[in-house]
Amino acid sequence: MTTGKVKGIISNLVTVVADGPVAQNEICYIGVGDKKLMAEVIKVTGENIFAQVFESTRGMKVGDSVEFTGHMLEVTLGPGLLSRNYDGLQNDLDKLTGVFLQRGEYNFPLDKDKKWHFEPIAKVGDKVEAAAWLGEVDENHQPHKIMVPFVFEGTYTVKSIAKAGEYTIEDEMAILTDAEGKDHVVTMVQKWPVKKAILAYREKPRPFKLLETGVRTIDTANPICEGGTGFIPGPFGTGKTVLQHAISKQAEADIVIIAACGERANEVVETFTEFPELEDPHTGRKLMERTIIIANTSNMPVASREASVYTSMTIAEYYRSMGLRVLLMADSTSRWAQALREMSNRMEELPGQDAFPMDLSAIIGAFYARAGYVYLNNGKTGSVTFLGTVSPAGGNLKEPVTEGTKKVARCFYALEQARADHKRYPAVNPIDSYSKYLEYPEFQAYIANLIDDQWIGKVNELKTYLQRGKEIQEQINILGDDGVPVDYHEEFWKSEVIDFVILQQDAFDKIDAVTPLERQRYMLDVVMTILHSDYDFDNFNDVMDYFKRVINLCKQMNYSEFQSDDFKNYEKKLHDLLAEKQIA
Amino acid sequence: MAKAFQKIYTEITAITKATCTLKAEGVGNEELATVNGKLAQVVKIMGNEVTLQVFQGTEGIPTNAEVVFLGKAPSLKVSDQLAGRFFNAYGKPIDGGPEVEGKEVELGGPSVNPVRRKQPSELIATGIAGIDLNNTLVSGQKIPFFADPDQPYNQVMANVALRAEVDKIILGGMGLTNDDYLYFKNVFANAGVLDRIVSFVNTTENPAVERLLIPDMALTAAEYFAVEKHEKVLVLLTDMTLYADALAIVSNRMDQIPSKDSMPGSLYSDLAKIYEKAVQFPDGGSITIIAVTTLSGGDITHAIPDNTGYITEGQLYLRRDTEIGKVIVDPFRSLSRLKQLVAGKKTREDHSQVMNAAIRLYADAANAKTKQENGFDLTDYDNRCLDFAKEYSNDILAIDVNINTTEMLDIAWKLFGKYFQPEEVNIKQSILEKYWNK
Repeated sequence: MTTGKVKGIISNLVTVVADGPVAQNEICYIGVGDKKLMAEVIKVTGENIFAQVFESTRGMKVGDSVEFTGHMLEVTLGPGLLSRNYDGLQNDLDKLTGVFLQRGEYNFPLDKDKKWHFEPIAKVGDKVEAAAWLGEVDENHQPHKIMVPFVFEGTYTVKSIAKAGEYTIEDEMAILTDAEGKDHVVTMVQKWPVKKAILAYREKPRPFKLLETGVRTIDTANPICEGGTGFIPGPFGTGKTVLQHAISKQAEADIVIIAACGERANEVVETFTEFPELEDPHTGRKLMERTIIIANTSNMPVASREASVYTSMTIAEYYRSMGLRVLLMADSTSRWAQALREMSNRMEELPGQDAFPMDLSAIIGAFYARAGYVYLNNGKTGSVTFLGTVSPAGGNLKEPVTEGTKKVARCFYALEQARADHKRYPAVNPIDSYSKYLEYPEFQAYIANLIDDQWIGKVNELKTYLQRGKEIQEQINILGDDGVPVDYHEEFWKSEVIDFVILQQDAFDKIDAVTPLERQRYMLDVVMTILHSDYDFDNFNDVMDYFKRVINLCKQMNYSEFQSDDFKNYEKKLHDLLAEKQIA
Repeated sequence: MAKAFQKIYTEITAITKATCTLKAEGVGNEELATVNGKLAQVVKIMGNEVTLQVFQGTEGIPTNAEVVFLGKAPSLKVSDQLAGRFFNAYGKPIDGGPEVEGKEVELGGPSVNPVRRKQPSELIATGIAGIDLNNTLVSGQKIPFFADPDQPYNQVMANVALRAEVDKIILGGMGLTNDDYLYFKNVFANAGVLDRIVSFVNTTENPAVERLLIPDMALTAAEYFAVEKHEKVLVLLTDMTLYADALAIVSNRMDQIPSKDSMPGSLYSDLAKIYEKAVQFPDGGSITIIAVTTLSGGDITHAIPDNTGYITEGQLYLRRDTEIGKVIVDPFRSLSRLKQLVAGKKTREDHSQVMNAAIRLYADAANAKTKQENGFDLTDYDNRCLDFAKEYSNDILAIDVNINTTEMLDIAWKLFGKYFQPEEVNIKQSILEKYWNK
């Protein structure tokens, strides 16, 4: 292996002179005192090799020794990933001793002693290729497939396969013979470099299946698909994190991976604390059973923050290859971009806009492209749905990270300061936000089958009402309440009904927090009835008073158990109220 | 200054306003040195060329200055003797007292493993409704005041500190005017709480770059009391804008490419390293940070408040309510992100609903006021909102009001009943039935 010596240090960028060949993105370890610090090669010029150290370089000296490893940054994949809390380099945080994170402490991310019950799928003589399912173990009630390692190229023949039984991850599960007749031992564990996408699938069609989140402003107004991509930009204090937590708790996914990338430690602690307690609304089991947390909070080293999003995505792709639906949430991709900026800055590269690296947009694009709904080689399907948050500087959406993301993400959930100020949560602006999937014919066909064939039409109508309501509000602001016809007030208040009843949702109320699709359908119809009625009002004050009562009743319905006595009671009151003012 | 075995270098090859460079060997990154007795720190090493950042500035440093490397990173001696003392940015006493004896701890130590944290859940009561009712503080939280330089943020902060039930208060003053420094000193002395207080102060009379050490000093002391003594520690940092300015000066002198608003590209990480020291430990110790970030003309899109907002758990704004002529904590823009961890759990069940309803009505009053200013007629509802807002502001929000949360809730219900119908306040029925006109 190549070795080297430290020649220069600026913050966590270290210049190294090596005695042999090194590769771009190769991992090396630098000895500082009795610790060895992990670093990644990010540039080579002449004899100078630039490595970014994943930790503090305090005390590092010129002449300190460097050992290169011959491989890129890799994650370890195998059963036992679920329920764990990792840092950006896949160290198991629970296994680290002490209150403080000590630099140079790395550990093996899985449990080597645990026995898993293995059931073979492949048979001796089968022809297999990378990602083919050899067998299966039960990991927290998920069928965790033991696959042909992704690094295997070409076709192999199964020479032997383990019988059903209890095995550890390092036991020999199969022997595969390659085209040259050479034998390869396969265990339950494999490694994969995080910066490369796992492409061992047959085809990646356009996403078309609804991914239910229980959040009305998403599912009803701007739905996201299984394998789809979306992003949530918003100024601080607009409820990005609350919304993201709601989605990760409720979404109809088999596996949820949360990448806390450069964000607040207390938010991660909230997840650590709540997820082991909360129930998955779809299975009734604990949420933590289906969750993996990659925590690289803002005070943890910047370089591993950059690695953390790739680590998360690679684990997501791994589970997708098993035919599972994976939801990956990254909060926040802006912090990742900032990590790129800090390094680019230290390497004195010519900066792009706002001092971000020139290729930022390409990096973001390539990352989002790793999400998707796929047909595996065996005809089964799997998906990685990716939702990232963006923290635009100054709340200004014309900044490089937002713009770079907008080009690639198909759903856009614009959080708005004004809505947050008025406590209209989730503060997703219904007019600026969009879901491109609504335009996909394959999605429309799917929804027609799943809900009803009028659904998309109703949703579009809803948006027209909202748009119209906004225009009228602007006119009222200019002309005054009595400067516009009473009809206008009626139309405005209809849009307020949509806002208060469908779009706004109390994430901290047990019942309102999650709305199953069936209930969303029901409430949309309730609201549609209100919208489609004509009313008889004398003056604008009546309009406001009346619709406030309508909204109040609908909100009480939202707070009540679906179809409970309370719910029906409020619905009855609503019907009576509607009958009062309706013309025919 | 130099001990017998230490090598003295006397050939400086480059000097800028904040740094000097010399040829030296065996030097560690971030190591301390003295340059003609002035404290400096290693910021860059390239081969045998070492660049030092001189905290007091390089004025008068000759090319043959004596440079001695101290073989350690900046540190502070911690022990119970810190209590009641005032120090400068280097941790040297400025109150005439003796040096502190204790364990020497490096500044800017490692981060807490997130899985070893506990979710914050203890309320910190301040008696100020703009905080306790609308933006409840929780121990282990970090939150700044976003204030214009002419607002009384230091006074409000001193008030909060004195009312809060904590074991230690640690003041980190950066670029404090001498007047403000004396203000804090007097307030703490008059309240008879000096033994609970540790201060690290850099005044406007001291060199700007020295400020960079203040937060680390304050937080190293805080970690001692929170980790070793399991105490509830409140850290006050004022003014973080001046801290960030000092970062920008250094990065500029190091020829780094500036990002937004001439701030270094690493501003987010630099600020996060400080604020993320706020923590609740499982054994009861905690560090809570209340900071001040002064704004320029109320502009929160500037890189300093913007990055801060993304790191801290909310922010508090002060505002003069012209209707009542008093300073209030602005109910619209202020936010405590951790409030739901205690609101309705450590306080009465109706807390969140009442808070939201009152703020919504206060917002409706603001809209009515705009209408009025534009010369439109007001509806009956508008007028009721305006009256409500005035009383709400005067009886609850004003920062000179000092009452507990239950009293705040009772007053709010009283005002709801006085001005509104139950269906106008948009509160969950079960809560409404229990508290309306009770």
